[in-house]
Amino acid sequence: MQTPKEVLIDPIFNNNPIALQVLGVCSALAVTVNMSTTLVMCAAVTFVTTMSNVLVSTVRNRVPSSIRIIVQMTLIASLVIVVDQILQAVAYDISKSLSVFVGLIITNCIVMGRAEAFAMQNGPWLSALDGFGNALGYSVILIAVALVREPLGSGTLLGYEILPRVADGGFYYTNGLMLLAPSAFFIIGLFIWGIRSWKPEQVEEPTYEIAPNMQYKEAM
Amino acid sequence: MAEVNNPRKFDKEGLGNVLLVAVSVCLVCSIVVSSAAVMLKPQQQINQELDRKQNILRAAGMLSADSIIDSEGRGVDEIFKRFDVRAVNLETGEYTDSVDVESYDQTKASRVSATSRDLTTSEDIATLGRREHVALVYMLTTEKGALDKVVLPVRGYGLWGTLFGYLAIEGDLQTVAGLAFYTHKETPGLGGEVDNPNWKALWPGVSLFDESGLPAVRLVKTRSPGGSAAAAHEVDALSGATMTSRGVENLVRFWTSELGYGPFLSKLQAGA
Repeated sequence: MQTPKEVLIDPIFNNNPIALQVLGVCSALAVTVNMSTTLVMCAAVTFVTTMSNVLVSTVRNRVPSSIRIIVQMTLIASLVIVVDQILQAVAYDISKSLSVFVGLIITNCIVMGRAEAFAMQNGPWLSALDGFGNALGYSVILIAVALVREPLGSGTLLGYEILPRVADGGFYYTNGLMLLAPSAFFIIGLFIWGIRSWKPEQVEEPTYEIAPNMQYKEAM
Repeated sequence: MAEVNNPRKFDKEGLGNVLLVAVSVCLVCSIVVSSAAVMLKPQQQINQELDRKQNILRAAGMLSADSIIDSEGRGVDEIFKRFDVRAVNLETGEYTDSVDVESYDQTKASRVSATSRDLTTSEDIATLGRREHVALVYMLTTEKGALDKVVLPVRGYGLWGTLFGYLAIEGDLQTVAGLAFYTHKETPGLGGEVDNPNWKALWPGVSLFDESGLPAVRLVKTRSPGGSAAAAHEVDALSGATMTSRGVENLVRFWTSELGYGPFLSKLQAGA
């Protein structure tokens, strides 16, 4: 059994949903162009993952296993719609720039993965910690990616100028690649490399070995 | 854990429980979702309305792209009060009182056969399908009462979907004051560049009509030499977005033609 503290802290670096499990990368590519949308996305995912874990864990003893996935899905989808509605009411501009990605939290593997893998087997309190911890792990990576992409791509951070752009009379030529989704792939790749050099136990065992070319001596 | 020791009182995997759980989960979730949607609806509508007003003001160049107050610190609603919102019959080009300007939904009207007309293929260069009979116009007058700007709602098909926006025209009814889209589905980075402030800055000053009064705006790859008659009507097309550029050209041409606001603009010109 993990202690509550481990449940909360482990997903941040030791068992990070993006860096180790490589889940939820799709939204990490899409919303990290600037910091403000990233922060809102992280808050939304944190709310959804925590609440869905609590709800799934609360009903786990009643839910027949034959329909458990669809029940989890319904709970998650309801939470996401509520979040989407709230965003449209209180942060209209940001919800416009996040567009479909709030709705796509439903399909974020982290939410579903934690509900099925953890919340179905543990009580609501531990599940809440687990959901919150995993969302923190997701958020840490997203914020770090946005921290690279926004300054290098637009010369700003949270909309404030950091690197004066050539277009505005400064010295910095903005890097257009950073505004496009592939740059987040490279950055996340570099993070994974960094984390696995720091914690070598995360390096995966090769699943197979490439056999050398050889002649079938036995058959000859 | 306490639960483990409890004897099973019910058959968890039984059909009865499956139905019970399914129905109750659906019921609870639908109540939560619908009450959230209903309770937040008023605030969402306020936001959408504010967003629409901001876009009208941005098209008219009265509000910068990244701010919600103008240089004198006035808010969107306050600046917007300077507009005189009128409904115009597009067939005759005359003002009409047949609709309530506060609640009229132009896009919705264009989908209903009673309040719109069919466009033939040759007429329908902006791929609209139908065009509404009545449109809203936003008139801005100077302190002396002369026409300063007029903002017209426009829309047209790009590559992936319809672009919705506003075209602002200067008081001479010939020069573009600005063009801004508030909803579109174009490819980010290519056609999506219709939102790029640098591209939008190319629009003010473009001349809408040629000598015979026909729509003449063109989106081009290479601009005609400066000073020539054609150059005044030209805007740089978006690179990598031929279909979007064509769509924008067509929608501007459509809405400034006789089928669009043409009759209204000529009435206005004659009256001014």
